[in-house]
Amino acid sequence: MSCVVGIDLGSTTTKAVVLDEDGQVLGRGITNSRSNYDLAAAVARTEGFINARFGLIQQRLEQTGGAEGVGRLRRAFVMEQLLHQLRRLEQLMLEEVERSAPAHVKQPFCGALREICRRITEEEEQRFRQPPILRSDFFRDAAGSAFMRIAEEVADPLGGVSFDRLVGVYDKCIIRVENEPLDLDFRDHIGDALKRLDNPPGLTDAVDYAASRDLTPATTVGTGYGRARLPFPKEQIRSEILCHGLGAHAMFPETRTVLDIGGQDTKAIQVDENGIVTSFQMNDRCAAGCGRYLGYIADEMNLGLHELGPLAEQSRRTVKINSTCTVFAGAELRERLSLGEKREDILAGLHRAIVIRAMSLLARSGGVSDQFTFTGGVAKNPAAVRAIRELVQENYGDRQLNISPDSIYTGALGAALFARRMVA
Amino acid sequence: MSTALKDRSMLLQKEMIASHFARLERAPENKEPVVYTFVPGNLVELIRSFGALPVLPEINALQSGMRKQSGDYIAEAERVGHSEDVCAYVKSDIGMLRSGNIGPAGTKIPKPDLLLLSYTGCYTFMKWFELLREEYDCPAVFFHVPYQGDGVLEPEHREYMLRQLREQVIPALEKATGRAYDEEALRERLTLAAEAEDHLVAVLQSAKHRPSPIDGYFGTVYYVGPLFSAFRGTPEGVEYYRTLREEVEERLAAGLGPVTPEGQLNDQKYRLVVEGPPSWTHFREFWKMFADEGAVVVASTYTKVGGTYDFGFRHNPNDPLGTLADYCSGCYTNLNLPSRIDMLVRYIREYEADGFLINSVKSCNSFSAGQLMILREVEKRTGIPGAFVESDLVDPRYFSSANIKNRLESYFQMIQARRVGGLA
Repeated sequence: MSCVVGIDLGSTTTKAVVLDEDGQVLGRGITNSRSNYDLAAAVARTEGFINARFGLIQQRLEQTGGAEGVGRLRRAFVMEQLLHQLRRLEQLMLEEVERSAPAHVKQPFCGALREICRRITEEEEQRFRQPPILRSDFFRDAAGSAFMRIAEEVADPLGGVSFDRLVGVYDKCIIRVENEPLDLDFRDHIGDALKRLDNPPGLTDAVDYAASRDLTPATTVGTGYGRARLPFPKEQIRSEILCHGLGAHAMFPETRTVLDIGGQDTKAIQVDENGIVTSFQMNDRCAAGCGRYLGYIADEMNLGLHELGPLAEQSRRTVKINSTCTVFAGAELRERLSLGEKREDILAGLHRAIVIRAMSLLARSGGVSDQFTFTGGVAKNPAAVRAIRELVQENYGDRQLNISPDSIYTGALGAALFARRMVA
Repeated sequence: MSTALKDRSMLLQKEMIASHFARLERAPENKEPVVYTFVPGNLVELIRSFGALPVLPEINALQSGMRKQSGDYIAEAERVGHSEDVCAYVKSDIGMLRSGNIGPAGTKIPKPDLLLLSYTGCYTFMKWFELLREEYDCPAVFFHVPYQGDGVLEPEHREYMLRQLREQVIPALEKATGRAYDEEALRERLTLAAEAEDHLVAVLQSAKHRPSPIDGYFGTVYYVGPLFSAFRGTPEGVEYYRTLREEVEERLAAGLGPVTPEGQLNDQKYRLVVEGPPSWTHFREFWKMFADEGAVVVASTYTKVGGTYDFGFRHNPNDPLGTLADYCSGCYTNLNLPSRIDMLVRYIREYEADGFLINSVKSCNSFSAGQLMILREVEKRTGIPGAFVESDLVDPRYFSSANIKNRLESYFQMIQARRVGGLA
């Protein structure tokens, strides 16, 4: 079947969206952009196609009645991918120890690393048997937090295997795992995933069907910061402003104002009834108040990015923060903590501060019209959403605020829609 | 092909500048007096009529920017205590002065015998000369041009300026040069000025044609150079503009566009009006971002800082002092926001522009204050969307190529998408 692909190479994450010939979303893929856009684009694209095949499995099962097993199959598949990467990480770490550690610690060092990996594997398998809970999809996040936790337990400083040593070898190797084009293709892991579910016949048929379909993209359009890296002719590259406008329009056709807060820029966009951009403003010269700011804050607080919003939501008294300078974020935070402010109150203030910056861009671009759609990674953050709601209400009155659960894919969706227009 | 002719005006300008700087370097031994003055409201005919040589510090500063020297000069000025937020022209000039005062032509700039400050709306100019007066321990004279706050000047404003010219400026020049005021000599200079101004206006207005034979911003900053600096009221100036006009008229007849860093731009997809000065440190790179997209600038306000000749003003030899007063009060920097808006709207209409861009300069409040209001108002009155980018005059730290390129690409794609009504 003919399909088209949109790729959004963002500063933090790279996203891909695959559309079928009717313009329906077949699959989506996301990965962290690292410093390697080529690889990120390849990984996101592969994942988009894997998801497209899961979409086909779903379609097939719905036709033959009952698609309940797909979610579990999907989880099994993700786990197989993760375990595959973990095995690769373990192999690299052992090689590294063999190469660089002093002879007398090699054995306990390798033993500790094997133990950590064994326990992570066990935890993952255990996790699979329990109801799903929300966590980051990226290998680095999932494996990283488990590695640190277990490393602390198994570290034996007196035996020459300190926590720092373990983390050192992990840091060195995780980058390599991320930057190797690992074989994470559908066919490579779906068999193992099915096996975990004891090869249920209906599901197996649907998998065979999905795996056999030819998904050759008719064309691909790229957008985002890294778009110049894409090996496409100029017509297949679109500015993310246009893609976000069109993507938001596709998700919510009544949208007239779009706010996108991404990793290093914030965009305020006005669109017409066809999703065509009529005006836009972006932050300049300085990335203060962008998603990356929250990233720094999360690092400073030793929290995952996805934990910030929920923590800020517990605030009862928002602290007023003036500076949204990313470079000063750490200092600002410590200053507030030293004054005895609560973490959640400071966080609530930080979220409000970045949204105030966005409000000024919105004002520049022509204000907030009904309906108003919020996109980008920061739209996943409940505290940022709450601040947006409050500030839009204060400044513009009642506006319908749209946030799609797939909002992070807005740019990639817009790119895919542009690709579709090129084919049409 | 007009290569030979094009080279002729460029060559002429190069020779003029080189010989002017060579003469400046020898000025102390030749006992030629030197007067420093600024571009907006410069009284260069008057200065020349006293046999003095003009030095224009902001031209030196922008030249240092283009020659990639301003970064070091600014660092030098910051070392002696000038803040990061001070006008980058000032710091570049102070840094140059403290680094041996070698000017853009590689020759030494002589000390001033007089600092002649025409105050035309830029408060920083006053502080700048205050600093230079301190550094050089030389006399300074202040010519206060009333700001056009209400968009017009009253007869008593003009009388006030004439009185200052007679009672302060002329006596100061007489004292500095040891020569008496010679009104006949001034009239001759003014006649030459008006002739060159006629040629310049013909060149500027050639951009009303399609394709435009000139770039009304990037190309035109070179074209206005002689008239805005040392060469107004000189025979070389007239010769330069006559030559330039011939070249432009030849391109016009041949249906050719301007020569850009990317070659001749004949296929002009977008016609733009630009407000604000360019970034000198990244001048060619900035220009290339336009040329790559097939965008030509048809008119700009920055190229009117040294006089708004295209709206009819000419130096008038029959009213020598009165014409100097009129000239100073009409410079772009001395105009209020409504007048600047009127000017942009007029350019957009008369030059049939598809869009307009504001390059907002970080360290120049005189230009940047109110630009967002200008943007909004011009959009409202013309129905044409504006673009807004931010950079700096000569501080290389404030030019973010990726951001600006992204913005411009998005802007051009937006204009294109609007043209085809969503079928881009």
